[in-house]
Amino acid sequence: MATDSEYDLERQIGEWRTYMQRRQAVGTDAEELEDHLRSTITDLTEGGLQPDEAFLVAVKRMGSVDDVSREFAREHSGRLWKQLVLAGTPEAQAATNRPDLWTMIGCAAGAAIAIKLPALFGVDFDNDGEFYARNISLFAFVPLAAYFAIRRKLSPLYLGIVALLFAAGAIGANVYQLSQNSQSVILTAIHLPLALWLAAGVAYTGGDWRSDRKRMDFIRFTGEWFVYFVLIALGGGVLTGFTVGTFEAIGLNAEDFVQLWLIPCGAVAAVVVAAWLVEAKQSVIENIAPVLTRVFTPLFTAVLLALLAGIGISSTGIDVQRDVLILFDLLLVVVLGLLLYSISARDPLSPPGLFDKLQLALVVSALAIDVLVLIAITGRIAEWGSTPNKVAALGENVVLLTNLAWSAWLLLGFIRRQLPFAALERWQTRYVVVYAAWAWAVVLVFPPLFNFK
Amino acid sequence: MHIPKDLVAASATPLVLGILSQQDSYGYAIIKQISELSGGQLEWTDGLLYPLLHRLERVGHIESFWQTPEGGRRRKYYRITDQGRTELAEHHRQWTAVVDALKGIWNMTPARLVEG
Repeated sequence: MATDSEYDLERQIGEWRTYMQRRQAVGTDAEELEDHLRSTITDLTEGGLQPDEAFLVAVKRMGSVDDVSREFAREHSGRLWKQLVLAGTPEAQAATNRPDLWTMIGCAAGAAIAIKLPALFGVDFDNDGEFYARNISLFAFVPLAAYFAIRRKLSPLYLGIVALLFAAGAIGANVYQLSQNSQSVILTAIHLPLALWLAAGVAYTGGDWRSDRKRMDFIRFTGEWFVYFVLIALGGGVLTGFTVGTFEAIGLNAEDFVQLWLIPCGAVAAVVVAAWLVEAKQSVIENIAPVLTRVFTPLFTAVLLALLAGIGISSTGIDVQRDVLILFDLLLVVVLGLLLYSISARDPLSPPGLFDKLQLALVVSALAIDVLVLIAITGRIAEWGSTPNKVAALGENVVLLTNLAWSAWLLLGFIRRQLPFAALERWQTRYVVVYAAWAWAVVLVFPPLFNFK
Repeated sequence: MHIPKDLVAASATPLVLGILSQQDSYGYAIIKQISELSGGQLEWTDGLLYPLLHRLERVGHIESFWQTPEGGRRRKYYRITDQGRTELAEHHRQWTAVVDALKGIWNMTPARLVEG
């Protein structure tokens, strides 16, 4: 009968393995767990237990599948990213299984209504564009933060913190009496969205914003959200085109409706819808942002190397215009984005490869170009005087340059196998705080600093 | 005696690093050794060791490699890195401080309470 019970045991272990492999967080590590299970069974049967008894004890000692896969999920959140929802307590599980469609619809509808509320007080897009420029990120991201707060069942403490951050944003946008054409208005319009996006990130992480893994998840989310939002915007463009065109064909003018209702309400609602799509469709579609990164990293590297060669060959030097600093800020943002989104999709344990070297080349060439630009520009800055725009552009350059310089160092260490890849990952997730601090500084500190110019 | 989860969790990293600093090992052997070292007092849920090992590997304290014994199934082994040894030394200093402080307290506490 020994063969029978052995056969039985193999079947049981096989079933257990299939069950484990189905847990996305465990995935390829099932083999290691199986080895452990077999070792336990061997020891127990040598101690006198029957194989089937030994199997039961071994499975019990392994711990409940939920507990184990939850711990795996904490460590390997990248694997889970396609599915995201952690199987937590039964309660949380029920909550994540329940369709959160209604939460999304509620928040999106709230956003669409909120953006039209100022119209009741006589504020409209045509005459008060500046009001909307300052506040658009509040209209867009408050519903988003609310959506996350509901989905993550945010604790009162973090609910308060997120609310406070948004209140600070509202103050920064509206309390300072900035004149309509001042540089500070534009700076606020650019930096407040970043500050509030990161504030919504606190809600996204469910309050666990210190965790490097959660931050990386938020970075992944940001990339996917952006892709979905652009797709929705493209669809929206087609929709508006058809609306205007077809109504014109029957002699009705729909332009007012489109401009005053369809576009603004649709845009703020799309912010929430895109967020919902990212979470709901995770298991269906492969992450897009890392794919785009793979495509564009070689191309950008080639362009930057060509640019460096061009600077070397032409003796004219860099033509230092006033806006050139902003252009190179944007270049650094793109390079940082390429780096960040390939990090977000990388298996930290796989050895350094060609792509990592390519990335180092990209970062180093961007740094070299930026340093050349900075050298060329330093003399001119004093001469231009310190306007809010100049200081902001220069500050951004420094923030990005610091990140990329240290990233290049860590990447080099990784390629030479002296540092783990996790060091680079950790540097990026920790650095998010610097962006937040800088964005808030520009929104809240710059206007008084520059006498509301 | 039941040792609470927090204590088990806090001592997990130094225990694993300490065992690997003696020789390369694999999950099942590590759990067994911990159980022997503690006279069976430290009970781990077996499955929870692996996420810990993977975390230590990700941050670079240990490395893993597969080995197939003759006629056996392949098995994942772990070895400690130089960085892991540095980390272990740091843990050693921290725990020594904690243990010294506790010893001081036990000496001041009447014996019947401690034994009780």
